[in-house]
Amino acid sequence: MTETGIGARVHRKEDKRFLTGTGRYVDDLPLARATYAYFLRSPHAHAKIKKIDTTAAKAMPGVVEIFTGKDTADAKMGGLICGWVVKDKNGEPHKAPAHPVMALDTVRYVGDTVAMVVANSVDEAKDAAEAIKVDYEVKPANVDLARALDKGTPEVHPEAPGNLIYDWEIGVKADVDAAFAKAAHVTKLDLVNNRLIPNAMEPRAAAAEYDKGTGNYTLWSTSQNPHVLRLILSAFVLGIPEHKLRVVAPDVGGGFGSKIFCYNEETMVCWAASRVGRPIKWTAERAESFMTDAHGRDHVTHAELAMDKDGKFLALKVETIANMGAYLSTFSTAVPTYLYATLLAGQYTTPLIYANVKAAVTHTAPVDAYRGAGRPEATFVIETIVSKAAAELKMDTAELRRKNFIPKEAFPYQTPVALQYDSGNYPPIIDEAMKIADYKGFEARRAEAKKRGKLRGIGFSSYIEACGLAPSQVIGQLGGGVGQWESAQIKFNPTGNVQVITGSHSHGQGHETTFAQLVSDKLGVPIENIEVVHGDTSTTTFGMGTYGSRSLAVGGSAIMKATDKIIAKGKKVAAHLMEADVADVEFDNGTFKVAGTDKNVPLAQVVFAAYVPHNYPLAEVEPGMDENAFYDPANFVYPAGTQICEVEIDPDTGVVEVVAHTAVDDFGNIINPMIVEGQVHGGIVQGVGQALHEAAVYDKDTGQLLSGSYMDYRMPRAEDVPSFKLGYKVTPCPHNPLGVKGCGEAGAIAAPAAVMNAVHDALAPLGVKHVEMPATPLNVWQSIQGAQRAAAE
Amino acid sequence: MEIKGEYKIAAPRDKVFAALNDQAVLQACIPGCETLEKLSDTEMTAKVRLRIGPVSAAFSGKVTLSDIDPPNGYKISGEGQGGVAGFAKGGAVVKLTEDGGDTVLTYDVDAQVGGKIAQVGARLIAGTAKKLADQFFGKFAESVGAPPPTSAA
Repeated sequence: MTETGIGARVHRKEDKRFLTGTGRYVDDLPLARATYAYFLRSPHAHAKIKKIDTTAAKAMPGVVEIFTGKDTADAKMGGLICGWVVKDKNGEPHKAPAHPVMALDTVRYVGDTVAMVVANSVDEAKDAAEAIKVDYEVKPANVDLARALDKGTPEVHPEAPGNLIYDWEIGVKADVDAAFAKAAHVTKLDLVNNRLIPNAMEPRAAAAEYDKGTGNYTLWSTSQNPHVLRLILSAFVLGIPEHKLRVVAPDVGGGFGSKIFCYNEETMVCWAASRVGRPIKWTAERAESFMTDAHGRDHVTHAELAMDKDGKFLALKVETIANMGAYLSTFSTAVPTYLYATLLAGQYTTPLIYANVKAAVTHTAPVDAYRGAGRPEATFVIETIVSKAAAELKMDTAELRRKNFIPKEAFPYQTPVALQYDSGNYPPIIDEAMKIADYKGFEARRAEAKKRGKLRGIGFSSYIEACGLAPSQVIGQLGGGVGQWESAQIKFNPTGNVQVITGSHSHGQGHETTFAQLVSDKLGVPIENIEVVHGDTSTTTFGMGTYGSRSLAVGGSAIMKATDKIIAKGKKVAAHLMEADVADVEFDNGTFKVAGTDKNVPLAQVVFAAYVPHNYPLAEVEPGMDENAFYDPANFVYPAGTQICEVEIDPDTGVVEVVAHTAVDDFGNIINPMIVEGQVHGGIVQGVGQALHEAAVYDKDTGQLLSGSYMDYRMPRAEDVPSFKLGYKVTPCPHNPLGVKGCGEAGAIAAPAAVMNAVHDALAPLGVKHVEMPATPLNVWQSIQGAQRAAAE
Repeated sequence: MEIKGEYKIAAPRDKVFAALNDQAVLQACIPGCETLEKLSDTEMTAKVRLRIGPVSAAFSGKVTLSDIDPPNGYKISGEGQGGVAGFAKGGAVVKLTEDGGDTVLTYDVDAQVGGKIAQVGARLIAGTAKKLADQFFGKFAESVGAPPPTSAA
């Protein structure tokens, strides 16, 4: 291992600019003659728009133009699309209600886009928005997910009768029911997976410029996947041909999934730029982020686990209602189906699984992928019910897991829910986690805590994740609308330095460092001579972007393929320079050598010869050293791990403190351990946030967003978590050239169940059966009081 | 959310009811009321400046009197648009009963907010509505009867 190669703890190259305030974000763009957009949003969850009067607003100082839904209809603008067709259990494609870019005659959630004001300044745009008169006829709203599909609940869309988008299933229900009939023990569980607001540090932003001379548009957007955004805008929404639309996603401050999707505002900013004839800038205020960034999770689930007398899992049955919000966001339909129910085997040999998922629309913000996307919800169901089963059977929680783990020799393992796990070895992971967490010493710690008046509990979560999205043909069969390969280009300059151009997008993941390490390791180029370029449709061939922990497994593999092509071409040039046969040329650590001799030529010299081909095999080899590769993965990658959380609860106040948290993961080979640690740390904190603090709350009658600011939406803070203890076990991925799996979502996938299992363990002596997330002090205190009242009766 | 209260006013019931229908009295008593213009006996337009939690906004909207039952009481409702701050609406059922020469006024208020006000101030709305109701009826009792109220629930 070199100091900057694979496996090295290289400090992140990008941090210099991020930490010194010199990053360049969309809002930083200096655009001459820029105008500023402000969006007037619906204050109602459900209302008919009877009239919009912009006359007074248009006359306000500084106003350039005001657009409403009527303007978009007159321009025949397409609606926003959902890119994944999920077929319901009758084989029918899901209901696809219209998703207008601007509300036409109905608003369907608080924050729905009613008018766009373009003015010379943000303040003037806001003042003018105040003067727009909208006459609403307020209608009853459908807010409570558990009742969304009930008869008589107000409907969100005429295209979705009864608010049902699809009624989907996987597995054979009759087989599962038969297994339940024979079970020695059945554990049942009702739970809510709480709705979350993503809260990226940088709010969404867009800026656009139209060049009248060429007819070219440039859109700068806080996108996780600029090419996909361009594709959607071109092919479905705006009709601007792809070659006339450049989409740039420069430095982006976090996304967590919320910036994958194509949103109303960036669409309008792009479209309006040509109408206004001046550049337009828009940056969301934090309140708009709360209201309109696609939210995450939001499931209501009933699950049952059937076991034999020894605790061996026989079958699992899961029924979930998933909230889609008011409109189907870009990948919303896939999240509670192919990214959720297909994961319900977890790390276990459960032979029969049946899952039924009903997706419902409600008068709330759209819901889509958020860090983990479906997989945290699946892990939460499995790991909560397994822990509950262990408690009911009075078995050790680790022992019950171990008894049901897929054994090492069973890989590749075909689950009953479509996925085939490529590799894994779970028992050593839980062993290592228990060792690091000092599981044996737990009861002593519990007793010691009790002396201090604290209830201490321990919780496990053994997660599996399918990521590295994804084999294109599988995605196509499942209804996905795009391929999921990645592209890479390795472009040497004549002086020997190199640009690595990737279709992945970095918005905090550290690609500029990790990808540079790959190339430095493989080609022997010093890391300071490598520049990773991403995020611009005009510089990257094409790219599918970053989500689903895919960048290294898919994008990194594409880079490896491109380096192979560089080496292959370099060998031909080197053979010529060394007057040797190509078959005898070897490449090692930046130098081409003739096998069995001391003849050698460094890569830099080969590159120079390729650009200044005075002595060059021009008849056989093209000049230049610039190679492109596409990589389409053979399968998902399957990271797995075990987290163990310990909490202490103050029974008088209900305050839960996470006092220890261990995570042992199998991410396959690790390129930069420091970046991986950062990902795991961040993921765990987000998981702790979901378990203990965060909840997006709408008023159940009016649909008003009550958790619309940091006063009411409680983000996890540094003081809320202990120093994490991490460990690794490595089973390399067998089907990608790096042997890597994804690490970006694992922390957030596993942590909620680990924390809540610890909370349940701590509260069990008081008779508390179940606490819903987030386990806030109020929630925990009320659970304790409820259990005590029940015990007294 | 419901807020109830009671005031004893040192004035006969007919006088109190008349005051409840007097636009000048209402304008003086509605907290933050900048203008109140009469459209009919039961409808007025109003501009009211309110602070709810951290949001301060000028609301323009309508004030409506309904269920008028002289001199036993009525319902007074308001609904205002606060521009980008959202909206606020609410009402109070007011009942008047005689107590010797005095009048006992009871009110039952409900209030609702939407948009930005709800996002940042919803959990303050009960407190705010209670305060506004007390301000309104306190001032009303003071201006109609003397001495000032004996009890404020």
